[in-house]
Amino acid sequence: MKANYVIVGAGISGCSIAYNLAVKGIKDIVVLDKSYLTSGSTGRCGAGIRQQWGTKMNCLLAKGSIEFFEEAKETLGYDGDIEFKQEGYLIISANEEEDEQFEKNVFLQQSLGIPSRKITKDEAKKIVPHLNTDVIVGATFCPTDGHLNPFKMTDAYFQAAQRLGVKFYFNEEVKDIVVKNRKIKKVISTNLEIKTRNVINAAGGYAKEIGDMAGVDIPVYAENHEILVTEPVEKIQGPMVMSFAKNLYCQQVPHGSFIMGRSNPDVLHNHSNESTWQFLDEMSKTVCEILPVVGNLRVVRQWGGSYTMSPDRQPIIGGTEDLKGFYLACGFSGHGFMFAPMTGILLSQIILKQKTMIDISDLQLNRFKNKQVFTYEKSVV
Amino acid sequence: MNKKDMIICRCEDVTLQDIHDLMDQGYTSVEELKRILRIGMGPCQGNTCGQLVQREVSKYLNVKLEEVKTYKVRPLTTGVKLNSIKEGANHES
Repeated sequence: MKANYVIVGAGISGCSIAYNLAVKGIKDIVVLDKSYLTSGSTGRCGAGIRQQWGTKMNCLLAKGSIEFFEEAKETLGYDGDIEFKQEGYLIISANEEEDEQFEKNVFLQQSLGIPSRKITKDEAKKIVPHLNTDVIVGATFCPTDGHLNPFKMTDAYFQAAQRLGVKFYFNEEVKDIVVKNRKIKKVISTNLEIKTRNVINAAGGYAKEIGDMAGVDIPVYAENHEILVTEPVEKIQGPMVMSFAKNLYCQQVPHGSFIMGRSNPDVLHNHSNESTWQFLDEMSKTVCEILPVVGNLRVVRQWGGSYTMSPDRQPIIGGTEDLKGFYLACGFSGHGFMFAPMTGILLSQIILKQKTMIDISDLQLNRFKNKQVFTYEKSVV
Repeated sequence: MNKKDMIICRCEDVTLQDIHDLMDQGYTSVEELKRILRIGMGPCQGNTCGQLVQREVSKYLNVKLEEVKTYKVRPLTTGVKLNSIKEGANHES
């Protein structure tokens, strides 16, 4: 079979790219996934969406994406409920150094039109009454950050893309990308052989392996980040509560359950999605200190998913110098879900050689060439 | 009995009709049904609905029951309070 574009990965990034290309009139788009819809990082994510970042690019990607999410249900014509909630992110500073950094972050965010603000302990307590303010110095708050259901949001893109003629093939693992004279010839998957000149790598945790198949070195790696969910209860918390120093994010989703996660500084670089008792112990200690009342809730389930880390903790969105027709949307470093609308818009603009909505020269793969030291995004749990 | 009145997932109030509607739309794996309907995500973690959903998918696709993959089993086996886990962890260290 033949295709104009083959997208590898049916997570939110792949579905968003497929939709954006199709809506611009591109035909013969095929999306391949090694498993089912949202089976990878998207379906395992913490479901938060935020604009409070420390780098300009991340701020702009997040801001544009939230603007899309606000209208997503109508834009994509989705019948289901995407469970969109905009009740903010409360990011607490646990020491003076962090508090000073937050001052700079808010200054940057406000300069880009993001409605975040620096607030005191007392103001934070008013926003989340069960917050233990004894262990914090201050906080920042952005009221338009929030939550979305990752399965439903991806399903919305998936259905809209299908209506525009995009073909999805599940349980189709890409095995090889055949390249001759620096041109893509075909993609070989479990049961298919697809002749194509263009491949879009939106493979999440497996982006590096897909790059290797095409002979393009992508400096990213996957690492397991664990997460848990409690039984659902009456609503007591509006915003996501987050701390980088304490290593925590915790939000009550519209369904009523609390979702929370933290990272493990010693995690190995691999594709593990295992659940560990060590995470459960550390997570319990952390959340009971910062949000003591949440300690009364029962954990019903825990799981893991890959963050795909790039050297500067910012995504790689664009084409490649060495291989014509090979495009990347990877290295989101844990934030591919919330950036997906902009990922789809920007990559489709690059592919169709249109002017991009924002300048994304800083997101190109070649930024890592001959570079050993990076200033990187620190606002990551 | 009407499919709308037959509860398959008691934790999340999902009916047989809900499941059939989604299968008609093409979501025929147990994992996909779980993600869209939350079946198996409640306090019982699929202990009640898991086999029922597996049987429905098997009937719908006309394949043998043992060929229908059911949910991946995730910890914990029963709900435990975060406070209790914290106390246990402190006691051990």
